[in-house]
This record gives sequence, structure tokens and C-alpha cells, in this order.
Amino acid sequence: MKKLLALGLLAVSLLVSGCPDTTSHSQGVYMLLDSSGTYKHEIRRAQAIINYLLGTLQPGDSLAVARIDSGSFSEKDIIAKMTFDKRPSVSNQQKRLFKKKVDDFVSTVKGSAYTDITGGVLQAVEYLDETGAGRKYILIFSDLKEELVKGHVRDIPMQLAGFEVVALNVTKLRSDNVDPREYFKRVEKWRARVEEGRGHWRIVNDLERLESILAD
Amino acid sequence: MSLPEILIIWPGSPELSLIMDIVIVILLLYLARGPAHKAIYSITMVIHNGLRLMSRSVTLAEKKLAERNKDVLLTAGAKAAERLIEREFYRVDAVVKRDMGGYPSLQRKLSEQITRIDEDYRESTEMPLPPPDWVRAVDTLAKLPSKGDSWVANILGEIHKTAVVQYKNAMEEYRKAVSVRHSLLEKMMPYWRRLAQTLEQVDKTIIGLHERSKVIDGRMNEYEEIRKKTEKAARMLTSSAMTQFSISALVLLIAIGGAVINFNLIALPMSEMVGGGSYIGNFKTSNIAALVIILVEVAMGLYLMEALRITHLFPIIGHMDDKMRHRMILVTFTILLILACVESALAFMRDRIAADMQALRQALAAAEAAQPVNSWIPTVGQMVMGFVLPFALTFVAIPLESFVHSSRTVLGVAVAAVLRLIAFALRLVGNVIRYAGVFLVNLYDLLIFPPLWLENLVRNREHQHTDIADVIVKEEVP
Repeated sequence: MKKLLALGLLAVSLLVSGCPDTTSHSQGVYMLLDSSGTYKHEIRRAQAIINYLLGTLQPGDSLAVARIDSGSFSEKDIIAKMTFDKRPSVSNQQKRLFKKKVDDFVSTVKGSAYTDITGGVLQAVEYLDETGAGRKYILIFSDLKEELVKGHVRDIPMQLAGFEVVALNVTKLRSDNVDPREYFKRVEKWRARVEEGRGHWRIVNDLERLESILAD
Repeated sequence: MSLPEILIIWPGSPELSLIMDIVIVILLLYLARGPAHKAIYSITMVIHNGLRLMSRSVTLAEKKLAERNKDVLLTAGAKAAERLIEREFYRVDAVVKRDMGGYPSLQRKLSEQITRIDEDYRESTEMPLPPPDWVRAVDTLAKLPSKGDSWVANILGEIHKTAVVQYKNAMEEYRKAVSVRHSLLEKMMPYWRRLAQTLEQVDKTIIGLHERSKVIDGRMNEYEEIRKKTEKAARMLTSSAMTQFSISALVLLIAIGGAVINFNLIALPMSEMVGGGSYIGNFKTSNIAALVIILVEVAMGLYLMEALRITHLFPIIGHMDDKMRHRMILVTFTILLILACVESALAFMRDRIAADMQALRQALAAAEAAQPVNSWIPTVGQMVMGFVLPFALTFVAIPLESFVHSSRTVLGVAVAAVLRLIAFALRLVGNVIRYAGVFLVNLYDLLIFPPLWLENLVRNREHQHTDIADVIVKEEVP
């Protein structure tokens, strides 16, 4: 009887203290939206992906959406970021707010002259490291064609260990149709950069199967 | 195909070298025949004996286990039989207390009824006196002919009148007496009925007791069989244990299904209380909290059943004094009631959270929110389920007890069967190895058959010479 009592007390104390777990089970997702002139029209599709993510992410997970413009290594480019509360009811309210921010952005978005994808990825790494998420995803919604402002240095090795980099909706440009090697070269360049940084690289072009975005 | 250099005896002629090699090998094998046979026999016999020893020890272990199983089974069976007999005696006691306890009053009632009937009967037998004999004589006189004498005629007329009046009075009295007697007999009727009913009641009780005594006799026979440790009793109890095991396992599976539904009912709202993103190990804290609540409910159910003396898993609870036991019943029932209310509230919360999530998903999918029809029905249904399931889980204690008790026998039988199988396999492998040794020896001899054939030939000749020499010696000897 005493033993049972002790076990019961242990179980209760574990519940009360929450028994902090050293390994994080939360997910962190940072989505980069290409808002360059050539890709601006695809932004509505990105909105659907964000809505899917809002419906999928659990309480305690983090989500940030940032635009890719001329200089993306900046907090100013973050459209919305949130670590959802652990209580489902509060988390649902936060998701509604998040959705509103994204909707506002989509309705007022303006095209940028340049596309600084590297800056955006570096910003994503910084943000996701801060969240302490167990699984970290960087979603790049872009055609992967980087165009930098003269003088911007982006030829930097990236530290992507533990990151899953997923390129979404990598559209073929008009020039790619002329010479498909350009497309493959572009994709291969990004894959090499991510893997050099010890990250995992994936491409999801079929947006009908959104569940594959966060699949391991 | 080429021979290794070491095997080439005549360089340049590998075929000849091969033949020579074979001859040398056969010769060597022939020379080593005796020790080789011994080596093969000894190694196979060592393995055979080892395996046989192992098989014997496994068989012994199986026998011991079977004995232990039988002891456990018979002890459990004896206890169960004692409990059943005790219960039968309690029933008999209850019947005796209920029906026979009022026997003195019943007897008094019966004797009263009999006395009354007796009195009434006696009263009814008292006959009124018949008209006196002289009335008849007077009547005869009165009927004599007057022969014209008016004086005599007057006297006779008066006598006749008096006789008639007297007769009428006597008849009237007689009728009255008969009517009183009839009424007395009529009064006896309900007493007779009551008496019959009372006797019928007594008869029923006696028959009931007789039937109970038959049941007790049957139980006592079983108990005696168990006490004598007969094979029949052991077989009967084993079969009973197997049945109990299967049924209790089935009921436990149903209970597990109920627990899973209960878990799903409260896991989501628990995340609202303990946080949806916190983990203990690899499991969500909310899931563990929901599981703990269900396990606490099951534990409380076990204690309640123990305190009610329905199950006997914890003897310490069963042996508590009645006051303490009643307190325990009260405490466990109160905790169960509180947990049932908590679950009901959680079920309500679950419905609200699910509705909110559904609304969010619809907003994210840019679809219009569908208006649920009679949305209070699932809410109430979930709340009722949340309230009822903890009490339903209480009854898990009964199949659990059966499962625990019967699993001892079933596991014992299963382990004994496995041991028997192992013993058989060991014996089989041992024999296979033994005969494999014989086979190897024969194979060895087959490989060296040329020298063996020669040896046999030489031996036969030697035998023939010896036989002839023996014959000559016998002939020379007178």
C-alpha cells in the first residue's frame, strides 16, 4: 500500500512539474516568399501553403513567413512570426491572427527588383535556432533564381546542420524552356549549397500533395 | 581443375598423382580405422548422452512444474469450492432464518387453527334431542276413534292438538340446531384454507432446503475429489481455468476498448490543462495525464470492488474491519464520482475545442462554416460517456481477478507443454546424432572398402586354413 502511495505521489509530482524533456519535439517552420517581379503572381499559391501549415502545426510549434526582396537578411522582411501557445484554444486564436497578417500582405504585396534568397535563408537559420525547435524546416517558395544588388556579399557558406530545406513550386522560367540545363543547374547549385552546409535538400513542385512538405 | 602443388607426387602427371593421393588417403584411413571409429562413436555418444541428460532434466523440471501446477490448481479449486459451499450454507442459513425462524409462531398459529377447527367440529357434532317417545304414544291415543262420545272426542282432540304443537316445537328446535351446526361447519372453511396454505408454505421451504442440500452435496463431492487430489478433479479444474482465462481475456479486451475510447475523449482537453507541446520522454504530457486519470479510475474501481468483497486481489482490504471497509468504499466511490465529473467536464471541453478547430480549418480552407444540426446531441452524448465510462471501468476488477487467477494455471500448462516439447526435441536430436555416428562409421568404411575387402579375403582364407588344420588334427587324434 505504501509502495502504491509512493508511486502515485511520484506520478502526481511528475505531472505537476511537467517533467521537463531535454529533447525538443516542437517544429519550427520558416517560409520564404519570393516577391520578385517574375514570381509575384505565384503568391496566392503560397497563401494556400501557409494555410495548410497553420492547420497542420501543433501547439508549441513556431511559424514565420518572410518575403524575399532585394536584401532579405533583415527582420523587417518577416511578415508574421509566431510560436503557438501550448493551449489549443489560444493557439487557434494565434493562427487566426497569423492568417490575417498573411492575407493583408498578399493583398498589398509589391514586386521587388532583386531576389536575395541567401539572405533570407540566413535569417531563417537565425530565427529557427532561437526558437529551439526540434525539427527545423526552411521552405523556399521561389524559382531559385537569385539576383543580388551590386555590392551585396552572399557567397557565404551556410550552417544548415539539422535543417530541412524544401524548395517549393520551383517554376521554370522562359529561359529554362529554351535551355533546360539552366533550370537543372540552378536547382543543383542550391542542392549543393544546402548539402555543403550539412542540411537536407528536397524539392516539392506538386502542390496538390502538401503533406509531403513536412514529411521526414 | 588443378591439384595443389603439395599433392602432386609425379610432376607432369596430375592424374597419376591424384590416383596415388587417393590410394595414400585410403591407406591412411584404413590404418586409422580403429581410432577413427572410436573417435566418431565417442563424440556422437558424448553428444547423445549429454542431450539425453538434458532431456531428462527438462522432463524432471516439467514434472515438477506439472506437480506444482496441480498443487496450485487444486489449492485454488479447494478455496473456490470452500467459498461456494460457504455461500450455499449462507443461503440455507438465510432460508432457515427467514422461513424457519418464524417456526414457533407458525407452530402456534397452526395449533390455534387446529384447536379452533377442533372446537368448531365438536360444537357441530352436538345433535338436538329428538321429540320424546311419550309424544308418539300420546299421538297414538289422540288418533283413537271417539265412537260418538263427544266428551272422549274432546279429550282426544285436545291431546292431538297438544301433540301437534309439541311436535312442531321439537322440529323447529331441531332445524335451528342443524342450521347452527351448518354455520359452524361453514366457519371452519377459512381455517381449513389457512391451514392448507400454511402447510403449503412449510412444504415449499422444506423442498427449497432439500434442493439446497442436494447442491451442497454436489459441491461437497467436488470438494472431496479436490481434497483427494484426483486426476478427475485436476482435469475438471484445468478445463474450468482455461474457460475462465478465455472469457476473462475477452472481457478485458472489451474493457481495453472502453479505456481507449475514454482516453480519446479526454486526451485533447487535457492538452488545454497541461499544454499540448510538452513531452515526457517521447510521449505527450497530455496523453500521459489522460492515461494516468484512466489508470487511477481503474485502480479506484479495483479498491472499490475489493472493499465490497466482490474481488479478492488484495487480501489486506478484504481483511479490514467493517468500519474501515465502509470508509474505504465511501472514499473510493467519492473519488470515482469526482473523476467521473471531471471526465464529463473534459468531454464538454473536448467538444468545444473540436468545434473551434473545425471552425479554424474551415476558415483556413476559405470554406463557409456549416451549421451543425442539433449540435447539443454529441455534446451531451460525450458528457454522458465521460461520466459513465469511469464507473463501467470499475467492473474491470472482476475479469481481471479471473484472468490473474486462471493465467497462473494456463501459463503453467503452457510452460509445461513447452518443456515437454523441448525434452522431446533434445531426445530426438540426441538419437539423430547417435545414429549419425553409426552412419559416419559406415561411410568411413565405404570410403576404404578396397583394403577392407582385401582384409576380409585374407581373413576368410586364414579361417579356411584353420578349419582344415582343425579337421586334420581331429582325424589324426584317435
